[in-house]
Amino acid sequence: MAAGGSPDDDFDARLQRARAQRGETPATRRGPGSKPPMGIGFRIGVDVAAALAVGMGIGYALDYWLGTRPWLMVVFFFLGAGAGVLNVYRAVRGMGYEVGYRHSGAPPAARDDESDE
Amino acid sequence: MAAEAHHPAGPLEQFSIEPLIPIHIGRYDLSFSNSALFMLVAAGLVTLLMTVSVKRGALVPGRLQSLAELFYEFIANMVRDNAGHDARRFVPFVFSLFMFILLGNLLGMIPYAFTFTSHIIVTFALALTVFLLVTVLGVILHGFHFLSLFVPEGVPKVLLPLMVVIEIISYLTRPISLSVRLFANMMAGHTMMKVFASFAVSLGVGIGWVTSVAPLALVIALTGFEILVAVLQAYVFAILTCLYLRDAIELH
Repeated sequence: MAAGGSPDDDFDARLQRARAQRGETPATRRGPGSKPPMGIGFRIGVDVAAALAVGMGIGYALDYWLGTRPWLMVVFFFLGAGAGVLNVYRAVRGMGYEVGYRHSGAPPAARDDESDE
Repeated sequence: MAAEAHHPAGPLEQFSIEPLIPIHIGRYDLSFSNSALFMLVAAGLVTLLMTVSVKRGALVPGRLQSLAELFYEFIANMVRDNAGHDARRFVPFVFSLFMFILLGNLLGMIPYAFTFTSHIIVTFALALTVFLLVTVLGVILHGFHFLSLFVPEGVPKVLLPLMVVIEIISYLTRPISLSVRLFANMMAGHTMMKVFASFAVSLGVGIGWVTSVAPLALVIALTGFEILVAVLQAYVFAILTCLYLRDAIELH
């Protein structure tokens, strides 16, 4: 972006650069995006609590359905806790790592951001 | 408390829903409330901004058109950077979502206005829309293969049933954490402002105006902070929507 304004660039080069920036050429970069500076801590807390709530809700519903009153709720309490830890792990690893993340290509930490010029 | 009795408004009273036009159909209360009014105002303002500002479509944009283009560019870039190039057709969806939440949050900063994003049912409906869209989109794009989202790689076969259940719980967490985050931020901030504002009033009346300087200064600082939170939360909601869209589109 620093050398973007040089006047004797021909039009094609500038068009190429603009297209690359828009991600319309193979030289696309798809970083994990900028993280919002705040709210991460709060987000993590909500993620844990929500996972626990969902787990216990599923357990309660299954108990109600199968008539096994306290037991499935206990089991799903721990599964929900596991899901909460998983959420936190993914939130800390990077905003992009939600459910179903997998190691596709280069690890995002090792990729340097200025691959376009 | 006796002092509280003739106090006009407690800190939570700003969240009460009042029917403006009572409508009752059968057993259901479908009244047009202050919440619905402000949703209409928010949607109307967004529509107004986007239609009026681009009506002339000047090559050199004026102030209003610059504003509209700024918002559009911001969302378009966000979708491209976070959801990938294939997600461009969802720019209108994310844009509407972002503007609606942003306007809802910011309208709530106007005195006497109602903050509809401070109600969990509103934010949950928005989050559920995103959740259902992403799920349906994933199923349409990938069919049965979409279920591979719940199978993490590199897990021993023995642990797989356990991990799949945990993954599904984690997936179902999304709409809850998305909605709770927005609603709790808005409600906590507005409550805090109201509490400190009532400190300023009661200290000023009870002891003297000198004592109410400190809470008043805090309220001013909180007002600025709340505007920041209002924008930030709309941004977080939009960016998480983008990330969810990317999960559904780029399933491998």
